[in-house]
Amino acid sequence: MTLTDCPPGGAPLGPPGDSRTPGIPLVSGAVGAPEGTARLFLAASTTLAAHRAAYGDLPTANADSLIDQLRLSSLDGRGGAAFPVWRKLASTREHSGRAKGRRPIVIANGSEGEPLSRKDMTLMTRAPHLVIDGLLLAAAAVGAPDLHLYVSARAADAARLALDERPDARHVTLVTAPDAFVAGEATAVANAIERGVSVPRDHVVHLSESGVRKRPTLVQNVETLAQLALIARFGADWFRSVGTSDEPGTRLVTVTGDVPAPQVLEVAGGTALVHLLAAAGAGPGELRAVLVGGYHGGWVPAEHVGAPFSKDGLRMFGAAPGAGVLMALAASSCGLAASALIADYLAAQTAGQCGPCVNGLPALAGVLRRLAGGAVDAALPAEIARLADLVTGRGSCSHPDGTARFVLSTLTAFADDVDAHLHGRCVVNP
Amino acid sequence: MTETLHIDWTLCDGRGLCTELLPELLGRDEWGYPVARTSPAAERSDVPVPVALLAAARDAVALCPRQALRLDRC
Repeated sequence: MTLTDCPPGGAPLGPPGDSRTPGIPLVSGAVGAPEGTARLFLAASTTLAAHRAAYGDLPTANADSLIDQLRLSSLDGRGGAAFPVWRKLASTREHSGRAKGRRPIVIANGSEGEPLSRKDMTLMTRAPHLVIDGLLLAAAAVGAPDLHLYVSARAADAARLALDERPDARHVTLVTAPDAFVAGEATAVANAIERGVSVPRDHVVHLSESGVRKRPTLVQNVETLAQLALIARFGADWFRSVGTSDEPGTRLVTVTGDVPAPQVLEVAGGTALVHLLAAAGAGPGELRAVLVGGYHGGWVPAEHVGAPFSKDGLRMFGAAPGAGVLMALAASSCGLAASALIADYLAAQTAGQCGPCVNGLPALAGVLRRLAGGAVDAALPAEIARLADLVTGRGSCSHPDGTARFVLSTLTAFADDVDAHLHGRCVVNP
Repeated sequence: MTETLHIDWTLCDGRGLCTELLPELLGRDEWGYPVARTSPAAERSDVPVPVALLAAARDAVALCPRQALRLDRC
């Protein structure tokens, strides 16, 4: 994954240790703050000793001060929903109590159900101790005695090794997540911990008020916790010293799809998509579009890859940074055919609980498949729009909403393909 | 104080009793599941109930064979 062509503001993840900023004294407990955009992967190896050498000891957490620094940092969740981290911590703490039934639970979520994403696995296998630091610090801040690390099977061994190295993490329970798209949704995570079943559940209040066994429950993505561990050490001002004012700090991005060198990057917030694609070896001329934010995200046509990887920059495409996924689509590909495959996958990933999702997503995917397959029927786009609207807002999780958003984005970004198909042609396979 | 009718989609299996008791509020989709007639997407699982329909909404909650409905104050 070593890169010679580093994008402005981008830090490629080379071999362990190669991106360490020179000049930082390696004194345990008194290391300097990392400079530049290489922050999360500075440890020379995955051992606790290397982690401590790179980042110093686990700081003692004063709850008020940590929550305050998180607020000032504007760190938002990196699992997809981008909820302000300080608000979740503050809410969990507010709803907690000393009675047994009110003691909070904290869960580090590294289940990474999004099949395109590799960033959480990369983090767990390369910098597990930063995640564990964040879990311990968040738990201390909300007063939680119960800690869980919920990771995908491909990250479980690394997580186990790291936990076994740490006397301060003996009370952390490791749970392996099934390989399913919705298994990482926060209520599904709570269900997995409580009942061993990773499907979303009905909820009318936030998990921070009533989650696992009705106790206040904090679920944070593993990258979020790693960033939290750095903010606890080096502060909000340091965090905001890279990135843009609306997308401060660094974030992990998985660049995948039709690129010569798929990879995970740590980049400054707000970096233009074109630079992320270049880091993976793809020029905009070779692409038709980029799916941003994963399978629940939106397509950005290739002519717009100058857009920043930010909430504001992506809104007009119905996309958001989400869990940090970019999937490139080659210029030689039919946008409708590629999207129909994804819609089929999403329809199959329903947890099977909610009627509108169970029935609506296969119907929606089926109409898109007909359009992609060359059915000449002018009513198809309107039927897709009707079904997308029909499923939206009608499930216990946002899987129908995300799927509808993706399919609608397909019609917008590939309007030329839709028109061609409705005339019995195809833009890329005339 | 508005009351909202919360639909637990994990329990609902589209029997349709609620749509008969609250035809002004709920229609049915092609699979039989209730659809809020006028609500924006954000309110389709928590449907605001006009005061005039509160009694019927309480009946729907009590009579839902799947116990998939509840009234919440918000």
